[in-house]
Amino acid sequence: MKKQTQIVLAGLASALVVAGCATVPSVAELNALTDQIVKASFRDQGIAKVDRVLATDETNRVCSEADVTGKPLDEKTAKRIEEANLKAIKWPSDGKFLGDWKQGEAIAQSGRGLTWTDDAKTVNGGNCYNCHQISKEEISFGTIGPSLYNYGKIRGVTDPNSAAAKPIVEYTWGKIWNAKAYNACSNMPRAGHMGILNEAQVRHIVALLLDPNSPVNK
Amino acid sequence: MNKHSRMALTIGLALAAGSVWAQKSASEGIDEYRAMLQDGNPAELFEAKGEDLWKQKRGPKNASLEKCDLGKGPGVVKGAFVELPRFFADTNRMQDLESRLVTCMETLQGFNGAEIAKTPFGRGEMANVTALATWIAAESKGMRFNLPYAHSQEKTFYEVGKRLFFQRGGPHDFSCASCHGEEGKRIRLQDLPLLTKNPGDGIGFAAWPAYRVSNGQMWGMQLRLNDCYRQQRFPYPGFGSDATIALATYLGVNAKGAKSVAPSIKR
Repeated sequence: MKKQTQIVLAGLASALVVAGCATVPSVAELNALTDQIVKASFRDQGIAKVDRVLATDETNRVCSEADVTGKPLDEKTAKRIEEANLKAIKWPSDGKFLGDWKQGEAIAQSGRGLTWTDDAKTVNGGNCYNCHQISKEEISFGTIGPSLYNYGKIRGVTDPNSAAAKPIVEYTWGKIWNAKAYNACSNMPRAGHMGILNEAQVRHIVALLLDPNSPVNK
Repeated sequence: MNKHSRMALTIGLALAAGSVWAQKSASEGIDEYRAMLQDGNPAELFEAKGEDLWKQKRGPKNASLEKCDLGKGPGVVKGAFVELPRFFADTNRMQDLESRLVTCMETLQGFNGAEIAKTPFGRGEMANVTALATWIAAESKGMRFNLPYAHSQEKTFYEVGKRLFFQRGGPHDFSCASCHGEEGKRIRLQDLPLLTKNPGDGIGFAAWPAYRVSNGQMWGMQLRLNDCYRQQRFPYPGFGSDATIALATYLGVNAKGAKSVAPSIKR
């Protein structure tokens, strides 16, 4: 055990004896102790720096707290978090939302990148199949997220470049770029916002989901 | 047939099974593969090594580990595994099986505990810690998890572990709960146990140490948690660090009543 933590624990224990209170510390004390333990326990390794847990944003902080208590965020906080994430979405710089579904399929298949055994040159994958059914052909898919098979078809998208399809196209881009804009504590990563995927990659994923020629919509 | 050749045959059959997968559903094929693996678990080799290491006189003090107190008194091995992590008065800290073994290797045998903790998994004395943990776990096979929960630090670590379990972070915003917070979910075809409660006999916390067929390695709980954090894209948790022990305490207390099958075999 790191010396620092030992001291924190010893301090905490003696504080409890002095106060003569219950055996388990207060919520605030436990939160503070958790922060101390995280600081003392994790270290940088390769591209995975401790900032990744020490400097998380408000979205992760409030959602983690809500998860611990087992109660969802109150409506007001959820709305504030969603609005902040929505505002942070970067829309395609050239106004083009759709790329190549074939490249999108490859990105959806890949779960690579950003671990401490990867390097900065690793091309990140989207991890999509880890949690979602997408095309019918790929039977090895996860179930943490909903099935995306027939995503465009179900939503009536026959021409993704049409004015009628625009709201769905924009929502799809936004959801991939920053899932927390639509559901504050979604389990889904914020692929664009957190720099997991770049603009071109997000375009390819949007095409995978919405291009009528994509196997997703067959 | 001796154990070794039976194991080799089992692994050969398992590999051959790959070619017939196409004719069956993927999950049927995987179930069969797992069933075949149960016939011979190479973890037995690590168990045997661990038992030898426990009894052998080693280290600068040329002593065995037979007087090591794993929580149930010096030298008591049976039943120790299903009651760890727990609070130890002599070290005044919460310890899991692996960090406790390092303490015993230091105090009884004279090894440098800090050096062992810094050694990569699978190497040198760290590989010995894993083998020891494998044997000690096997000595509690079939027993039910029942971590002590009376000392204030046991309760405190449970609460800290719960917070770590739900801690979202890294570029993907993942927490342990992203994968293990709901019943009946999968990543690709891999079933994910729900770890906020007892997930059942021999599942989750009650399955490790385990032999990993895919990489031919023996993994203790420390490496299991370490690789979860790697896949979560978190920074590196120190071996035996308080974060890993608090998390293990949370999982272990939740697993109360689950029958241990460790050491198990995994894909």
